[in-house]
Amino acid sequence: MSKFKYTEENEKEFARIAAKYPKIDAMMLPALWLVQEQEGWVSPDSMVFVADKLGKTPIEVYEFATFYTMFNLKPIGTYHIELCKTLSCMIMGAPALKKFIKDTIGIEPGETSQDGKFHLTEVECQGACGGAPMIALNHTYHENLTVDKLKKIIQECK
Amino acid sequence: MAADIVKIVSKNFDIPDSHKLEVALKNGRYSSIDKLFSMTPEDVTEEVCKSGLRGKGGGGAACGPKWKLMPPIDERPRYLICNGDESEPGTFKDRQLFQYDPHLLIEGIICTCYAIGAHESFIYIRGEYKFFIDQLNNAIDEAYEKGIIGKKVMNKYDFPIDITVHRGGGAYICGEKSALIESLEGKRGHPRLKPHGKECEWFYDMPATVNNVETIASVPHIVENGYEAYTKYGTEKAPGTMLFAMSGPVKNPGVYEMPYGNKMLDVINEIGGGMQDGLKLKAVIPGGASCPILTAQEVEKAYLDYESMWDIGSTLGTGGMMIIPENVSMVDVAKNLIEFYHHESCGQCTPCREGTGWIDTILKKVIDGNGSEDDLETILDVCETMNGKTICVFAPAVKDIIKSIVIKYRHEFVEHFNKKQLN
Repeated sequence: MSKFKYTEENEKEFARIAAKYPKIDAMMLPALWLVQEQEGWVSPDSMVFVADKLGKTPIEVYEFATFYTMFNLKPIGTYHIELCKTLSCMIMGAPALKKFIKDTIGIEPGETSQDGKFHLTEVECQGACGGAPMIALNHTYHENLTVDKLKKIIQECK
Repeated sequence: MAADIVKIVSKNFDIPDSHKLEVALKNGRYSSIDKLFSMTPEDVTEEVCKSGLRGKGGGGAACGPKWKLMPPIDERPRYLICNGDESEPGTFKDRQLFQYDPHLLIEGIICTCYAIGAHESFIYIRGEYKFFIDQLNNAIDEAYEKGIIGKKVMNKYDFPIDITVHRGGGAYICGEKSALIESLEGKRGHPRLKPHGKECEWFYDMPATVNNVETIASVPHIVENGYEAYTKYGTEKAPGTMLFAMSGPVKNPGVYEMPYGNKMLDVINEIGGGMQDGLKLKAVIPGGASCPILTAQEVEKAYLDYESMWDIGSTLGTGGMMIIPENVSMVDVAKNLIEFYHHESCGQCTPCREGTGWIDTILKKVIDGNGSEDDLETILDVCETMNGKTICVFAPAVKDIIKSIVIKYRHEFVEHFNKKQLN
């Protein structure tokens, strides 16, 4: 048995979504999203919880969760910066943004700042090529960035 | 011929608050529904067949014939699955639909569900699109509330429809239709082996059709105005319009709806506003990263429709053009893209899982100045080993783009070898 539990609200949300699918198996992605939205990451304990809920073994949930790169398998900072590095963003200046983050916050891709405030992930195409270069800050897109604009965005993170 | 813009799918994109039901209704959304229910499902399918509507997700397969692959209606449930995974680099068109005209998509789903006899529809959207998913979910909730979908369509037609948005988890391969269904079924997104003959898709062993969201959004116009209203645009073999995207250093990057068959150079110069000041066009990847690259000379001969692109050795793909300027090294372009493919290979088939990694390693060696002619031959050899020996078209796409860059810009790779020797 796991110690992890959904909040009451998420428990209801789970039941609401589950009713829409022909089989409970399809709840794998939605169930893990609920976990991540609640906790900020997907812990081994929460995977046991999801496995119990869906009638799976914990390893099946683990296998699943490790395939989908958006699930954080360890805790990350308060502000998750996802910096796009794919072609159009590279051409339009993503490397300069990466350098700026390194110089000011002091983190490389995959690292969390010491105060636990920022976490940087270098991600593949986010579908914002027309607004390259871009970052997603806690899933909110910021497009057509320059170093100055990024500086402002980071300063506004309290 | 100058490049022209025709707005069918994107007609409401510029209207403020077009995502709200009230505004959508005032601007012609759901106006095809009365006509739809006056027709039989077979007539709807026939109309779409005659319109020559082709899938907008990259493959360009004919849409109507795909619907006909559904088996005759029986007691089994059947599903419409909308592919909004859109992870092809250079492609950002589906999000415009979720953001600016979600009700057009819902209207398209009603039309398509009616044609194929499905009562349930899932829209699979990439996980990064949180904002757009919320926007679409709000529109769906509003449509349920006002009785546009649910137990009846538009409160009067006895055809229950349920729509569910399914959020992906950041895997590129889930844009492949069978991998998408696997993912929807709660498994890793591994593409399935394809049947020998043509048949529909299977979701939990029930018949299903998978269409791109832009394809589905094109259906209401055809239903409402008849197929001639669609075939009057575009070319003979590729009728209609498509949301083309431009990214990179052009003056006006973005998404523009155009009929098929425009001259690519006109589109870049007239609609895209040309290259940013001081930059010269070097190459274009025409339709998302998985299409063979076109050199500046080839771009002059390129027209934006499937057949013309095949004639010059590339493909139209998703219509997301990535513009590459003269000052960018093609070795860096190749390295950037192979990193993408290496990261996104699902790992199911050995040639793809290992091949993408090998090319990545070899290109790093070339960039570090330790490469040789032999390395380029090895890359081409690995490309051939990947091509056609895997379950899905991911590996052939890698071969297409990497091989085209290495062959067309070989001299740039060679310059890297020389750098080392000078040092």
